[in-house]
Amino acid sequence: MASVFSGAPPAGGPGYSFKSTPTPSQASGIREHSFYPYADNGGSTLGISGADFTILAGDTRSTSGYSINTRYEPKLFKIGGEGPDHVGATLVLSVVGFAADGHALKERLDTIVKMYKYQHGKPMSVAACAQRLSHMLYGKRFFPYYVHAILGGLDEEGKGALYSYDPVGSYEREQCRAAGAAASLIMPFLDNQVNFKNQYMPGSGEGHALQQRVPEPLPRADVEALVKDAFDGAVERHIEVGDGLQTMIITKEGIEERYAPLKKD
Amino acid sequence: MNHLPQAWGRPRDDVYGAYDASHFQMSGPTQHSSRPIVTGTSVVAVKFKDGVVIAADNLASYGSLARFTDVKRLRTFNSKSVLGFGGDVSDMQYLDRLLNSLSVRENYSTSIDDSGKSDLDAHNLHRYLSKVMYKRRSDFNPLWNHILVAGLGEKDAPFLASVDLLGTTFSSPTLATGFGAHLAQPILRRQVPDEAASKELSQEKAVELIRECMKVLFYRDARSMDKYSIAVISKSGVDLKEDEKLENQSWAFAEGIRGYGTQVN
Amino acid sequence: MGGFDFSNHNRNAALHAQGVPLPKATSTGTTIVGCIYDGGVVIAADTRATSGPIVADKNCEKLHFISPQIWCAGAGTAADTEFTTALISSNLELHSLSTGRRPRVVTVMTMLKQHLYRYQGHIGAYLVVAGCDPTGAHLFTVHAHGSTDKLPYVTMGSGSLAAMSVFETQWQRGLDREGAVKLCADAIQAGIWNDLGSGSNVDVCVITQEKTTLMRNYITPNERSKKLRNYRFQRGTTAVLNEKVMTKEDITKYVTVHELEDDKETAVAEKMDVDR
Repeated sequence: MASVFSGAPPAGGPGYSFKSTPTPSQASGIREHSFYPYADNGGSTLGISGADFTILAGDTRSTSGYSINTRYEPKLFKIGGEGPDHVGATLVLSVVGFAADGHALKERLDTIVKMYKYQHGKPMSVAACAQRLSHMLYGKRFFPYYVHAILGGLDEEGKGALYSYDPVGSYEREQCRAAGAAASLIMPFLDNQVNFKNQYMPGSGEGHALQQRVPEPLPRADVEALVKDAFDGAVERHIEVGDGLQTMIITKEGIEERYAPLKKD
Repeated sequence: MNHLPQAWGRPRDDVYGAYDASHFQMSGPTQHSSRPIVTGTSVVAVKFKDGVVIAADNLASYGSLARFTDVKRLRTFNSKSVLGFGGDVSDMQYLDRLLNSLSVRENYSTSIDDSGKSDLDAHNLHRYLSKVMYKRRSDFNPLWNHILVAGLGEKDAPFLASVDLLGTTFSSPTLATGFGAHLAQPILRRQVPDEAASKELSQEKAVELIRECMKVLFYRDARSMDKYSIAVISKSGVDLKEDEKLENQSWAFAEGIRGYGTQVN
Repeated sequence: MGGFDFSNHNRNAALHAQGVPLPKATSTGTTIVGCIYDGGVVIAADTRATSGPIVADKNCEKLHFISPQIWCAGAGTAADTEFTTALISSNLELHSLSTGRRPRVVTVMTMLKQHLYRYQGHIGAYLVVAGCDPTGAHLFTVHAHGSTDKLPYVTMGSGSLAAMSVFETQWQRGLDREGAVKLCADAIQAGIWNDLGSGSNVDVCVITQEKTTLMRNYITPNERSKKLRNYRFQRGTTAVLNEKVMTKEDITKYVTVHELEDDKETAVAEKMDVDR
């Protein structure tokens, strides 16, 4: 018993309320349950741009945890156009991640694109819309929209245009992009099949002289098949992907929407 | 008696727990509800060929205590829609008041069409609620509910959709909240896998299906009760029954049970 | 000495405190069920194994052999269900040899619960034990913490609620074999379709006093769809920086080479899944 008695209550002994200074955070302890404003609704999306078209696709499953909320909840939205049915729209936004943020983002962008047309008398270009979307995302830098967005359309020259975003607004125009739960499964496949990464021209040289296979814009039928195969593959190996495949193809004729069933397990 | 004067007359922490001095700090951040207190459990609903059936039991729990056994968790809106509330009961009552004022405001300000129905249908109501819920979650002050909106939407087509405390929305021919999402939804989906199946479903079958779900939920959900409310929404209006009792329960499995392991008699 | 090696425990606890995550074990986030009927017992399982949100195995076996008339369906950590059932199977055979009697299901259940209780839930095995012995047909569940249950129909795993919804609506006293198999298969399918942790196929095992019938892939409702495009690469697509050819003659200097007949199958393994 070497310790000197200081007059203070022993550390391990019973304590008493109303210490000299109340320390609320310690006294009440850590809150057992605090509100977390985000959820992950699973699913995956992808976009590929061609010479005169852009394809966006997303599965239609909405999940929370190990449960399926619904087997049909679209992740692709037409932006702009006339009225609630977006007649004559030329832009498509896909959002994956937290569905409520996705809806809020889509609703805001849609309003902005429509207002632009009313105010300027011409539809918004895809490049302008892309930059506006980036600003909207960055505008919530410290309470972000928890989504990976992909915006598709046709540029001023009529070429397929595809822009992909991170949740806080960093964006880039790309040939192809996969986002969401199965992005890490689909993206390497797209790199290889769309941009011909890791593919060389047989017999074009020896060793380092071997020529890379040069990517060229793919025909529409090939891309459609590629999209279906990508999702069929993702469905096999990712539990949050499945049920249905919603596809939107943007051409100068307009937006063509399609639905195909996927595996439901 | 303790020899330390500051402890005299004060409850000992080891007996009564530390004093929660959190209310001392007046300058701190606003406290929002971070957890539900009095709660209602599952709500289940299914669309049939000319309407929707929705049900919820009449229990409000206080933790594991069956506190209030006569709480009605279904609420009609403008004789065209029914809302089913899961989660916090006080937030449900706040929403009830909010919707009452909305209803009054709408009915004064907008014209009522020839059929005597208000302009706000189930679809509009769901959209309104989803905005309220999303706004509240974005303010970090959520309304701790998961709500099903059942009724008739555009062109009097059956409408069923859900919104939760995060503002997440989704729609499906069959929906269930809380425990029902795990236990009732599989039963409902088996009978009504898609929209096509719900268009074939008769009202009698739909009611029977929902009653079956309520029974299974009573068997397996420890926060449930055998008294429940059920509503049928169709073109002929809302038929709401608030004092239903579960019938034809089967406890046949219980007879042969002897212990949990090696016991024989 | 057998048993577990705890020598890295302190190091791992320190690493974990510094924020190093624990390695992710393959789990069979699963649907497993069992049902007694007049004359026997049925157990069934789905065949999906997951590692987080990724499907690790699309057609794994979750029905484990304990003894010829006693089988076990496992949910939870894949390695734990595998090793626990194998251990108990071994010990049961020794027990059976030493007593000279047919093993009983209660014995398996007791051995499992005592083993699992000792490890306080750290062995993540959630099991449905079923079988026939001289005292009749039996069905138990054993939880990782060591608690057990004895009921006429049971479900476990992440799809247990979905599966239970089938039993609670369809089960009745005095089922026959066909009825019990159908009920179990339907319960597993409820898990396959509604629970993301479960998927692919249905395995069923029927045990009667006479014999055990294991019906591997009893229902296969999730055949993989055919790819629309051909993904075979032209020979020479992959870059090669240097190559070295080893002939049979070169190898013979170091090892003895046995000639195998080309068309004769030397080993029977599961056929690999390849695109053509």
